[in-house]
Amino acid sequence: MNIDYTPADEAFRQQVKAFIAENYPQSVRGKSRNEYGGKEDFLAWHKVLHKQGWIAPSWPEQYGGTGWTATQKYIFGEECALADTPMVLPFGIAMVGPVIYTFATEEQKKEHLPKILSGERWWCQGYSEPGSGSDLASLKTSAVRDGDHYIVNGQKTWTTLAQYADWIFCLVRTDPKAKQQEGISFLLIDMKSPGVSVRPIITMDGAHEVNEVFLDNVKVPVKNLIGKENEGWTYAKFLLGHERAGIAGVARSKRGVERLKKLAAAEQDGGKPLLDDPMFSRNIAELQIDLLSLEFTELRTLANESKGGHGPEASILKIKGTDIQQRLTELTLEAIAYYGNPYRPFAHDKMTNEYVPGPDYSHGAAQNYFLTRRTTIYGGSSEIQRNIIAKMVLGL
Amino acid sequence: MDFSFTEEQTLLRNSVQKFVQNDYTFDNRRAIVKSDTGWSHKNWMKFAELGLLGAPFTEDQGGLGGGPIETMIIMEEFGRGIVVEPYLGTVVLAGGFLRHAGSKAQQEKFIPEIVEGKRVFAFAFAEPQGRYNLADLAVTAKKSGAGYTLNGHKAVVIGAPWADHLIVTARTAGGQRDEKGVSVFIVDKKAKGVSCRDYPTVDGLRASEVTFENVALGADAVIGTVDNGLPLVERVVDEGIAALSAEAIGGMKVLNDATVEYCKTRKQFGVPIGKFQVLQHRMVDMFMNYEQSVSITYMVTLKLGESETERKKAASAAKVQIGKAGRFVGQNAVQLHGGMGMTDELNVGHYFKRLTMIDTMFGNVDHHLKRYASLD
Repeated sequence: MNIDYTPADEAFRQQVKAFIAENYPQSVRGKSRNEYGGKEDFLAWHKVLHKQGWIAPSWPEQYGGTGWTATQKYIFGEECALADTPMVLPFGIAMVGPVIYTFATEEQKKEHLPKILSGERWWCQGYSEPGSGSDLASLKTSAVRDGDHYIVNGQKTWTTLAQYADWIFCLVRTDPKAKQQEGISFLLIDMKSPGVSVRPIITMDGAHEVNEVFLDNVKVPVKNLIGKENEGWTYAKFLLGHERAGIAGVARSKRGVERLKKLAAAEQDGGKPLLDDPMFSRNIAELQIDLLSLEFTELRTLANESKGGHGPEASILKIKGTDIQQRLTELTLEAIAYYGNPYRPFAHDKMTNEYVPGPDYSHGAAQNYFLTRRTTIYGGSSEIQRNIIAKMVLGL
Repeated sequence: MDFSFTEEQTLLRNSVQKFVQNDYTFDNRRAIVKSDTGWSHKNWMKFAELGLLGAPFTEDQGGLGGGPIETMIIMEEFGRGIVVEPYLGTVVLAGGFLRHAGSKAQQEKFIPEIVEGKRVFAFAFAEPQGRYNLADLAVTAKKSGAGYTLNGHKAVVIGAPWADHLIVTARTAGGQRDEKGVSVFIVDKKAKGVSCRDYPTVDGLRASEVTFENVALGADAVIGTVDNGLPLVERVVDEGIAALSAEAIGGMKVLNDATVEYCKTRKQFGVPIGKFQVLQHRMVDMFMNYEQSVSITYMVTLKLGESETERKKAASAAKVQIGKAGRFVGQNAVQLHGGMGMTDELNVGHYFKRLTMIDTMFGNVDHHLKRYASLD
């Protein structure tokens, strides 16, 4: 056992650091995702990485991957997080991309992969439906074959950033008579198709990030089917289990702890920094120790995977990772005391009064706490993840 | 030992309940919160009509002659509707200052105006550097002739945009954090040198950053004793904590009922999700958190009149229990509602947000754990 990085790894880390320092997009520096003006802001960092050839480290080299070792990928992710780079949206690069290069036809690969890499085609995910959340396989959106088209009808929900999307990858029911998991297909749909409409869902923090997507007699060419008809569940499961690096958000949380310590040092309690308060510093220490355990759990998982292992350990990473993210936002809100109260408006609020009092680090902290509650709900809730561990790991 | 309510108290609860059910529906509240002013003057006059604005004042003062129990009943029912109108700031807090320490002239001038709905107050006590320490005051009131000159900045003054008058804590002597040297003033918001920057809060209220620049105050602006205002402030804040606890249990009850109902109807894997034991136990824990919070709210309400130490301990104990329970109930109500719980459209998130901010008000769990430990 050995946790040291090789000199080559260290050299690589320096290279990544230097690259980020030189190329961080100024247009989004210091902005949180909530403050992004639009599509361009989301894509600013994506385009920088694409130009460098670093946009899809996890992809096979032949499709545009970097050919890095697992350790290099880890280092890259860590350095990005520590430098607080914008997140690369997962829907193309981490989700539909791998499904396409693994299961799609050559023609489909040629059509989609370059545009995913360049960012010129924005993807969103059509999985959840109003009646199918945790029980995803009960989904009802139907696709009925009509010559060389499918006619798609149904409703998808919680569709992140669908307001910007060019394409949506959808799970649809192609065989209503088959057992639930066996009648599902994986379909790519152009959002400009007649019959597709998007309605915003405002979350309790005031943000507009998720949407409902309605599909009303949408004509989809059969050539947009991925793999075989009625085998979509296999591809969906592949996708859910695929991108596990980063699922725990360790590096981002580390960065969050640093930020929290800084603001707790700035906050005063009885004329002394809040960071010196034994109760508050205990909370931070507990969080750091949980994070440290998680970091090593992630490294063990990574090492296991590079040896070809592929287990449901991802559920541990998701449960503990999101718990830590939530506690971070909770402690941040606690640290700022009364300046947690002010509401930071969004562009779509059309509020005339945009004054937000208090130190910069307090702005939007309560809203961030509220929004982060979703992390234990989306992508398989913490309850569902525990079911997976109970069944798959413990054999219960 | 008797935890029953009198007939009058039951009637009071029924009338507030009826108001919240009929006039303060979730949609109506949303419209009020989104309106330009952010509160409903019409509702305020309705409170006056129902006698709520006079609840804690004596009959001689035009009030109902009620006590802490009446305040608890009103606040609990308001909590069920997440009522935004400034009952806490005006009736409970400003009313408390006036009742306990107001001069005859102050009482005669302000109390009838409060009771009739003509006067709204906000309590300006927090400061950017002060955290939850009521005596950490950089706002100063310097003696000037017969009166005082007020200077400084009060942070996050809840309800200030709606208020005519502010109750302001300021330092009249001693060092910035000394317990001695704190005084309480009534300040007309229209007075020269008072400026407010208003903004909405995350839980649907409005607040202001208030700046005082050489505001001239007469000697008659002082409530209570000069330099020795801290015990008064602590007493009123403890009463405010009891009222907030009552508001919180009203909100928790709504969340628990909504969650149980949702889990009975929402089906996944072919059954209502309430059939899953892990969710059943979660809801049982939410229920127990609520019951414990009701108990501690009764406890603090009944102990407000006891010795200073007993009262402080009771208030801190309540604030700890309410803060923890509010967080558990709020977070899990959202979790069990899944994506729906995250939306602005459903009421659940709005109760969660209010419970979150109740934890901050007058000191969070950590603050009151320390205060309790220091008194025990």
